[in-house]
Amino acid sequence: MSRVVTLKINGQDVSGREDETVLQVARENGIEIPTLCHLEGLSNVGACRLCLVEVKGVSRLLPACVTRVSEGMEVTTHSERLERYRRMIVELLFSEGNHVCSVCVSNGHCELQDTAIQLRLDHIGMPYRFPVRQVDASHSRYGLDPNRCILCTRCVRVCDEIEGAHTWDIMGRGINSQLITDMHTPWGESETCTSCGKCVQICPTGALFIKGKSVAEMTKRPDFLPYLAMMRNRKNGS
Amino acid sequence: MSKKKIATIWMDGCSGCHMSFLDIDHRLLDLADLIEIVHSPIVDHKDFPPDVDVTLVEGAVSSDEDYEKILKVRARTKILVAMGDCAVSANVPAMRNRFTPKALQEAVYLAPNMANPQLPHGTVPILLPRVRPVHEVVKVDVFVPGCPPSNDTLFYVLSELIHGRMPDLSDKTRFGA
Amino acid sequence: MHLEDLHAIAQQQQEADSKLEHILYVCTGTACQSSRSEEVLKAIQAELKARGLEKKCAVRPGGCQGLCARGPLANLDRGKQLYQHLTPEDAPAVVEALDGEPPARLQLDKQLPFFTRQVRVATQGGGLIDPNDLNSYIAAGGYTALLDALMHKTPAEVLQEVVKSGLRGRGGGGYPTGLKWSTVAKAAPTPKYVIVNGDEGDPGAFMDRALMEDYPFRVLEGMTLAAYAVGASYGYIYVRAEYPLAVKRLQNAIKQAQKQNLLGSNIASTPFSFNVEIRLGAGAFVCGEETALIASIEGGRGTPRPRPPYPAESGLWGKPTLINNVETIANVVPILQHGSEWFARIGTEKSKGTKVFALSGRINNTGLIEVPMGITLREIIFEIGGGIPEGKKFKAVQTGGPSGGCIPEQHLDMPVDYDSLAQVGSIMGSGGMIVMDETSCMVDVAKYFMEFSMAESCGKCVPCRVGTAQMYDLLLKISEGRATLNDLALLEALCDMVKHTSLCGLGQAAPNPVISTLRYFRDEYLAHILEKRCPAGVCQMKPEVMEVHS
Repeated sequence: MSRVVTLKINGQDVSGREDETVLQVARENGIEIPTLCHLEGLSNVGACRLCLVEVKGVSRLLPACVTRVSEGMEVTTHSERLERYRRMIVELLFSEGNHVCSVCVSNGHCELQDTAIQLRLDHIGMPYRFPVRQVDASHSRYGLDPNRCILCTRCVRVCDEIEGAHTWDIMGRGINSQLITDMHTPWGESETCTSCGKCVQICPTGALFIKGKSVAEMTKRPDFLPYLAMMRNRKNGS
Repeated sequence: MSKKKIATIWMDGCSGCHMSFLDIDHRLLDLADLIEIVHSPIVDHKDFPPDVDVTLVEGAVSSDEDYEKILKVRARTKILVAMGDCAVSANVPAMRNRFTPKALQEAVYLAPNMANPQLPHGTVPILLPRVRPVHEVVKVDVFVPGCPPSNDTLFYVLSELIHGRMPDLSDKTRFGA
Repeated sequence: MHLEDLHAIAQQQQEADSKLEHILYVCTGTACQSSRSEEVLKAIQAELKARGLEKKCAVRPGGCQGLCARGPLANLDRGKQLYQHLTPEDAPAVVEALDGEPPARLQLDKQLPFFTRQVRVATQGGGLIDPNDLNSYIAAGGYTALLDALMHKTPAEVLQEVVKSGLRGRGGGGYPTGLKWSTVAKAAPTPKYVIVNGDEGDPGAFMDRALMEDYPFRVLEGMTLAAYAVGASYGYIYVRAEYPLAVKRLQNAIKQAQKQNLLGSNIASTPFSFNVEIRLGAGAFVCGEETALIASIEGGRGTPRPRPPYPAESGLWGKPTLINNVETIANVVPILQHGSEWFARIGTEKSKGTKVFALSGRINNTGLIEVPMGITLREIIFEIGGGIPEGKKFKAVQTGGPSGGCIPEQHLDMPVDYDSLAQVGSIMGSGGMIVMDETSCMVDVAKYFMEFSMAESCGKCVPCRVGTAQMYDLLLKISEGRATLNDLALLEALCDMVKHTSLCGLGQAAPNPVISTLRYFRDEYLAHILEKRCPAGVCQMKPEVMEVHS
């Protein structure tokens, strides 16, 4: 059993287990820190940078999803600077893809859209990049619209870590990174995909969707994940 | 108190925002004593007048005509409002940005099933290479996202601006609303 | 192989050399090779043979002499005479003048400040070691440090020497090397690894390439000493595939060292075993970042991961791993040969030893130099570097590549050390030094480096992936005279945000070239924006029909 430590988050005294992250302890105490790449039940990659927090005595900003709590730590989750950075990160994401909320299957049920609202964004201050990206509709039940993809890699991780298929991965570098199935073959022709649909359910936006859904009809149900992860851990005896 | 001069313009959009504006309905009459609509697609007025207090802009900047229009409107308006997602984010009109204007025109005007396939010349505005949101071209003072923003939202925005207040829209509308 | 064997080999070599009247080392580094130095070498050998003088004079492949601008270079009788601009056709002239005076056009003045102001530690031997020949390295004192350590020192004693030397990481960060070693040494004795980072990718940097090409045995020996000190049994040298000569020479060095039992199982008949493997980088700059490099060795995508845990605790295959840059490792052997006190006397209080720099850009003496820390930029550029060509005016020097900054005239008298460079908004970096004169546009320079960072971003974290692309677009807009003051404000906001929110060093440092040029050359940005004019006359103005608001 790991030790219990006490720390301060936003001036509030809280306690957590030594092996917990700042994000976990904050959420247990009703303190909301925005995230997009994090999902309970999957490994953490610290890629979206939305959960960056200030820790007293540390000059760098630290991602709450991978930073362990420690005794006497003093964490600030919300400040003018953090909010500014978070807004810019979301603006960068909107400017990177082609996010047309009004005609998106996930309109109203989208974590990117929700985060924008939460951060009180009423427009995107970065020039839109309008990339050219092809939709993959080759799978019989699901579709991939990379115009809506934010490269959070949740699908990559759920497919690899939970389903064990590793159908998804990222190809290319930098601004040209893109989500692919197998060796960049159409999803419908994938030899590894089990069509389990986990990737669709945990995708934060409308990038992965069930075919036949119209505007705003695609609601996601990622709740299965923590249970699956828990059962797997039990089985592995950890 | 003199009446506030209000204008609306329509660029590259579906007119849904104007429909929503009209849906303000009888409440528009409540404002009648306070405002004067000096220019709008829904009133018959040719040129855009000077010294407008508030202009509601529907649509993205898509053609040479839009571009010239928005520069003139900006110069003649105190408070410029980007009304709806097309004005705010370029929205659906920007989905053509992946094609060149030439490819787009050929696909539309020279389609095999056209009765008399020919490219327009001089009769329609020239398409800009890219559709852009209004704030990428001129300064915007108030952003009202939504596709379209509800009549309640637009009524609220207008009422606040008429009374010299900046509207706080954070819990009233959003992208795609 | 024992110490006595080493001495015997060294003595044999010396005896053989003493029978010769002359020894000529021809530089066979990449730069001189590209101007036909191998042909020069063969031509001189053939000329000697034709005249029956092989027993009088030996011609050997050597390492970099530094002054690449004058290559191909050669060195006769340990610096008695230096040759420049050699061609195969010059072979008769060289051979005829062995005892006399070569033609003036071939003579390179050995009294140039370029040579006299250098202090050689990492490049000790001055290129007068045949990089293909273990015996040549042993004759120059090679492998005595390792065998002495294995026979007479505990790992802790070796580690202490490095700690006391004050050596700091030469890859850019400047982290104390001894501290890094201690952390790995303290970790539980599961398999541990030593990785030498030779993924040098900064534009204008070729220090590590030269060290690997010229002193492959020193890199191996240093690595083996590091492994002994921290308790590692396996090592990797991660070299970018764009350095084929370095790879070839390292491979050859590994083979020869294994043959002589200086690498492998029970080195020199001691209980200590250490094996080394070369891994080739596939052309990704980000793989110079240690966690991305580890991912690449493991066979995954070269993307970094958040630290902690640091590789010293959990690195390759999740095991404690020591990662050092090539130059850092190249300093280990001299430190153990001459002692930590000797090393600590060179350089400054907080930056001890020397630094190898690659001089390039608008400078007369393009090439490779090793200088003591604390030397001023002015001495490097105007004395050693010979100043700016064509009488042009100095404008700035860029250090640290895409992660560094541009330093203007006013800071030229500042000592070169980790902390001073950071103070003026640049970094020591790995040692690239690009000199710019009045014909360079600083907006264009910033744009160039941002394009590099954008192309080399791995794409994992949002600020670096999209932020570098947005910053590049803004710089392009400024350089073409299409930007407004609003764009400049957005650029500065992005610089601040990308610097503080990116996952790894690549993103965190990517805004530096912009920040430093804005700090010292803001007027150039403003000229592009407000006057639609490039003061240096570099940028082509392309004012757009559709102007954006200001």
